[in-house]
Amino acid sequence: MAQRQTEQDLERRFQARVDAEEKIEPKDWMPAAYRKTLIRQISQHAHSEVVGMQPEGNWITRAPSLRRKAVLLAKVQDEAGHGLYLYSAAETLGTTREELVEALHRGKAKYSSIFNYPTLTWADIGAVGWLVDGAAIINQVALQRTSYGPYARAMIRICKEESFHQRQGYEIMLALAKGSAQQKAMAQDALNRFWWPSLMMFGPNDDESPNSAQSMKWKIKRKSNDQLRQEFVDQTVPQIEVLGLELPDPKLRWNEARGHYDFGAIDWEEFYRVIKGNGPCNRQRLQHHIKAERDGDWVREAMRAYEDKRRGREAA
Amino acid sequence: MSKQTIVEYATRLGDDALILGHRLSEWCSNGPFLEEDIATINTSLDYIGRARMFLSYAAELEGAGRTEDDLAYTRDCRDFKNLLINELPRGDFAFTTVRQFLVDAFNLFFFEALVGSTDTQLAAIAAKSVKESRYHLRRSRDWMLRLGDGTEESHRRTQTALDDLWGYTDELFHMDPLESELLDTGVAVDRAAVRLRWEPLVTELIDAATLQLPQPYTLPGGGRQGVHTEHLGHLLAELQFVQRAYPGLQW
Repeated sequence: MAQRQTEQDLERRFQARVDAEEKIEPKDWMPAAYRKTLIRQISQHAHSEVVGMQPEGNWITRAPSLRRKAVLLAKVQDEAGHGLYLYSAAETLGTTREELVEALHRGKAKYSSIFNYPTLTWADIGAVGWLVDGAAIINQVALQRTSYGPYARAMIRICKEESFHQRQGYEIMLALAKGSAQQKAMAQDALNRFWWPSLMMFGPNDDESPNSAQSMKWKIKRKSNDQLRQEFVDQTVPQIEVLGLELPDPKLRWNEARGHYDFGAIDWEEFYRVIKGNGPCNRQRLQHHIKAERDGDWVREAMRAYEDKRRGREAA
Repeated sequence: MSKQTIVEYATRLGDDALILGHRLSEWCSNGPFLEEDIATINTSLDYIGRARMFLSYAAELEGAGRTEDDLAYTRDCRDFKNLLINELPRGDFAFTTVRQFLVDAFNLFFFEALVGSTDTQLAAIAAKSVKESRYHLRRSRDWMLRLGDGTEESHRRTQTALDDLWGYTDELFHMDPLESELLDTGVAVDRAAVRLRWEPLVTELIDAATLQLPQPYTLPGGGRQGVHTEHLGHLLAELQFVQRAYPGLQW
């Protein structure tokens, strides 16, 4: 009884701190479910950065100019770095990177649905930088104020680099949209294929999002899925117009009364199919990640063996 | 000394960097762990950056209106002048490590010498490259020790890679008439002098990594004459695909 009282007390004080916009830090008491939700969310975020290296990495050896190649390399390098920040942030909650990666390999942990779509042309690299990083930034800007300190700080660092990537992606789209007829068609096709998957990055509609209410109360999430998605559409439509490309949705139009763009219905069947593992590249992405790890087993073993020998020699 | 010989020299150095940078970039998302992915991409980026500086300079000096991209994307196999060691497929992590070690050590000493070139542009590119190569060598040397003196498997893989690569190292030090002429005017580096610094470092490190110095053998080098291994054509097919399919456009 006394313990129950204490637990409730702790929860009350925790919620009061959250309400007062104080950051929660690793050594602070936190509800077990808060910890679990954060581990899930931050690790998914980390896995997304790492798996997200694959669709763009797919074009590094085929980038059409040396400048674009260098920029893409730098971008993918940044993504790996973001993965590292985020694994570190997740580890402050009492898990390990190895455990998190194992959960990914066993299909227990997810990553962003968008990376299960293939990059088929060079324009897709522009679309991914512009739309996918654009959507990620909207999400991450909101998360800069998330209640867990290490996560919020990771978001602040990551956002600076992501904004740069997004501009570079848009620059690729601009070059194509202002280029030859074939280039413009390539850009349009990439926009058409990546538009809906980008909108899906914000997750299910608010009334279908089971974890949202609690996450909002704990201020892990600061804005709802639908709010963020709307922000993304409002921000992106004028950019499409600047490119002179066709809107990828016939229902997309400005709604004067709402002060927002209205848009068509998302294909939720496709969304759930992809997050359940049956999108175009899910198996490929996971197998690639697992293969890289297996191929590297002997390297990591060698590193450990050498380190043991070295320490042994120092002790002797 | 004609301007054309410097164009050719800069192109050779640019090709070496471009082709090795390309091979390294193939490791993206395939490394043994995330930190290594970052380090390999970082190294690749340095090599691509170096390639851009040399090829831009070559194109500019040539004065025929070509750009770094024309040189990288519209020359075929017979016109590429990189040394063969740079174009070999990436192999396993041991192969990549050994190649990188041999080439990083070479590059450090080569660029240290090129800093003194009478061609100020080449000297400036070399100065930047020295800093990068110092970092690359520190990394590849550490990995040689870890892999050579790690487990039985890592030792075996590393020794195999060393044995397979050794025959390609002689080409690193070959002086042809073009480079000899440029050496006389203080533009180019004396590769024989680089070898005098390279050999002891490499031999010592091979020993420290508990590896055996390979039985000496020399493969015919043909990179500078555009006589390559069968691997380069495939690499270029991938590298140049977009430019070949949609020529003459801005990207």
